[in-house]
Amino acid sequence: MLNYTLRRLLMVLPTLLILVIFAFYLMRLAPGGPFTSERPLPPAVMANVLERYGMDEPLHVQLWTYVRNIVCCFDFGPSFSQKDRTVNDVIAQGFPVTLTYGFWSAVFVLVLGIPLGIIAALRHNGFWDYTMTGLAIFSQIFPNFVLAPLLVLLFTLSWGLLPGGGWNGGQWQYIIMPAVALGTSYMASVARLTRGSMLEVLNSPFIRTARAKGLPEHRIILRHALKPALLPTLTYMGPVFVYMITGSVFVDVFFSTGGIGQDFINGAYSRDYAVLLGLAILYAVLTFALTLMVDLLYAWIDPKVRAGLS
Amino acid sequence: MPAFAADVPAGVTLAEEQSFTYRTLDEFSSLDPQVVEDVDGSNIVRDLFEGLYNQDADGNLVPGVALSHEASADNLTYTFTLRDNAVWSDGTPVTAGDFVYAWQRAVDPELASPYAWYMELMSIENGAAIVAGEMEPSALGVSAPDDKTLVVNLSKPLPYFTKMVTHATTFPAPKWVIEEHGAQWTRPENMVSNGAYVLEEHVPKERSVRVRNENYWDNESTVLETVTTLVIGDDAQGLTRWRAGEVDMTDIPAGQYPALAEEFPDEAFALPRLCNYYFNFNLASGPEAFQDVRVRQALAMAIDREVIVDRVLQGGQFPAFTFTPAATADFEVPGVEMASMTQAERDAKAKELLAEAGYGEGGETLSFNYLYNTNEAHQQVAIVATQMWKQKLGVDVTLENQEWKVFLETRSAQNYDMARGAWCGDYNEASTFLDLLTTDSGYNDAKFSNARVDELMTEAKSSNDPQPLYTEVEQIVAAEMPVIPIYHYSTNVMLSDAIQGWPMNNVEQNWYSKDLYRVAD
Repeated sequence: MLNYTLRRLLMVLPTLLILVIFAFYLMRLAPGGPFTSERPLPPAVMANVLERYGMDEPLHVQLWTYVRNIVCCFDFGPSFSQKDRTVNDVIAQGFPVTLTYGFWSAVFVLVLGIPLGIIAALRHNGFWDYTMTGLAIFSQIFPNFVLAPLLVLLFTLSWGLLPGGGWNGGQWQYIIMPAVALGTSYMASVARLTRGSMLEVLNSPFIRTARAKGLPEHRIILRHALKPALLPTLTYMGPVFVYMITGSVFVDVFFSTGGIGQDFINGAYSRDYAVLLGLAILYAVLTFALTLMVDLLYAWIDPKVRAGLS
Repeated sequence: MPAFAADVPAGVTLAEEQSFTYRTLDEFSSLDPQVVEDVDGSNIVRDLFEGLYNQDADGNLVPGVALSHEASADNLTYTFTLRDNAVWSDGTPVTAGDFVYAWQRAVDPELASPYAWYMELMSIENGAAIVAGEMEPSALGVSAPDDKTLVVNLSKPLPYFTKMVTHATTFPAPKWVIEEHGAQWTRPENMVSNGAYVLEEHVPKERSVRVRNENYWDNESTVLETVTTLVIGDDAQGLTRWRAGEVDMTDIPAGQYPALAEEFPDEAFALPRLCNYYFNFNLASGPEAFQDVRVRQALAMAIDREVIVDRVLQGGQFPAFTFTPAATADFEVPGVEMASMTQAERDAKAKELLAEAGYGEGGETLSFNYLYNTNEAHQQVAIVATQMWKQKLGVDVTLENQEWKVFLETRSAQNYDMARGAWCGDYNEASTFLDLLTTDSGYNDAKFSNARVDELMTEAKSSNDPQPLYTEVEQIVAAEMPVIPIYHYSTNVMLSDAIQGWPMNNVEQNWYSKDLYRVAD
């Protein structure tokens, strides 16, 4: 297990390096640069600006400097568009925000999705099953860019219960709508996934045996069926959490949370190579970390997987 | 010059909580006066810092740190007298040396300010050479013979020089703070400023809060206690939050002004702006047909600007037949032939001109591409204009839209046939627009070149009465039509009626929170 973890961790470095090189050159291929503006800078001003950001060097030198600064000093360089700040500042400010409502969104997904799925499976082809299926379809046809304005219209404009956006230090009132808007469609998927696997497990021989032994139903569900039924959900949730962070762009912009989604959008529009590269690396590391975590959890839950890894 | 501050009329009951919250679209580029390059950032910097002069509600100059100035007989030397009671928020007196430091800093290649070009535009002696790294920043033509006297030497006379010192780039900077904290001097915990407000909180991409500067020389006249800028990246969401009372001011999403003006007649505004909107002909490498002035004239005449302004944009814009907006200070709109014709007359003339040039009915079909950047309003204008050309003149236009940065690069490389253009004045004087049409201008995307225009604009720089010169330039432009003026901008905003003192007539939309106040409901 330890060897497996170490092997996986060691694979991260070369993969990250390839990603940096690829992203670095890909960004430079896009037309327009960070200093392309409505009023083109006079050549002397442009020369000073390019020198200030090290962009007067050949591309391979810029890449080498970039990688060296990260390795030696964890320095992702200055932001081109937010001139008083470095990329480290940008990420340090925005990432905790996105992570916070991403976390609460995941909690919302699991706390609502799993019980809904279980209830639907237990009441298979009954009222609750149909209600859950209806809810799941409803959630999936309302993507976050439709749901978010709807939530604001209801909870802010009509009922005056929640602020329409902002973050305000992460007070709970400001977290609810971004978390719900981000998580609703995933919640529906989790409910459907849990329902399906729960049905499969409930029909398996070991559950029939448990029932034949006369174990109480709640014990069968919680002690015997739930753990294996959650495996597909767990597998699903790892990447989903990464999607929640990386895919939070609309939610960040719409609710003006100050999260990194906004930086990603602004970085793309303003060609802020430094911020975009920094975020690409962050997203990659997140993906690696969460995938590894899910694999290890999977092994912890399923002895067969654990045996395979050993 | 009279000072200007919050002017609360007698009998008005002020609200107990004196706060103002408004929305901006994006996080601003910087809070450093010598680095900031966007309008939203400059609005905040104007609250935090004070330059030599401010502007009043109509855009006229009023004293800031400077009380007055004198120009030498040749208009090459300006001597500003600074007030005695101006102090920084840490209690240090504001001196002429703070301006010298700031202006030298603005042109210093080491700071690499993207707005260094503004100092060159001000024609300050040696500015261009310093930016080019050929001289030391200390050689800049600005000096402080004593703490309260600032002397500026120009390389050429500039009649509108004093109008340029309301720009953020020219604001003073606290040397001791910058030297102590480096790039982090703009953090709330480090920043020392000399404006009516100090920075209390800055959460990038979310909020920026400033509170009254107790050391500001005119603090007694300041009414608002707190000013908050919220970044809301979506126009519709900005409006929703305005409706919910979370912000006092927000931009109106495109196309919604008429409905909102009806629903909120006292709170929906269309404010004139110092900006124009035009179409560039590519005269360098565009279609051969564009070399014929009759073709350019025909295309310009066939556009019904009233339709574009009143039926498409519906935001209080002004139809344009000259390049310079009528709202520009001291600028008298010259009479140009096209403006005095009815649209029917223009249409008839357009057909005639195009036929003379060999296009249209009985001739060759004129076709070209029209390039604009991705934006709903630009798209609507493009569709309507091309339909007018098609229906009236039989001209075939293919629309092409590009993402903003790609568009800028394509346009500046003259890789287009016709492209949209727009310009907002850097200062309130006609040359900020007309300079664009000179041969050497870096912003002359049409690549128009007319020796007489160049000569007139050079002459205007040192003329005490440039209006006749500007009139001639506009008339040449109307005759040659290298660009088609379409309309002059307005800004559409929702502003809570509780907030008073907004400078509605300042076409540069330079506003200062110190001039605002909140009235009780």
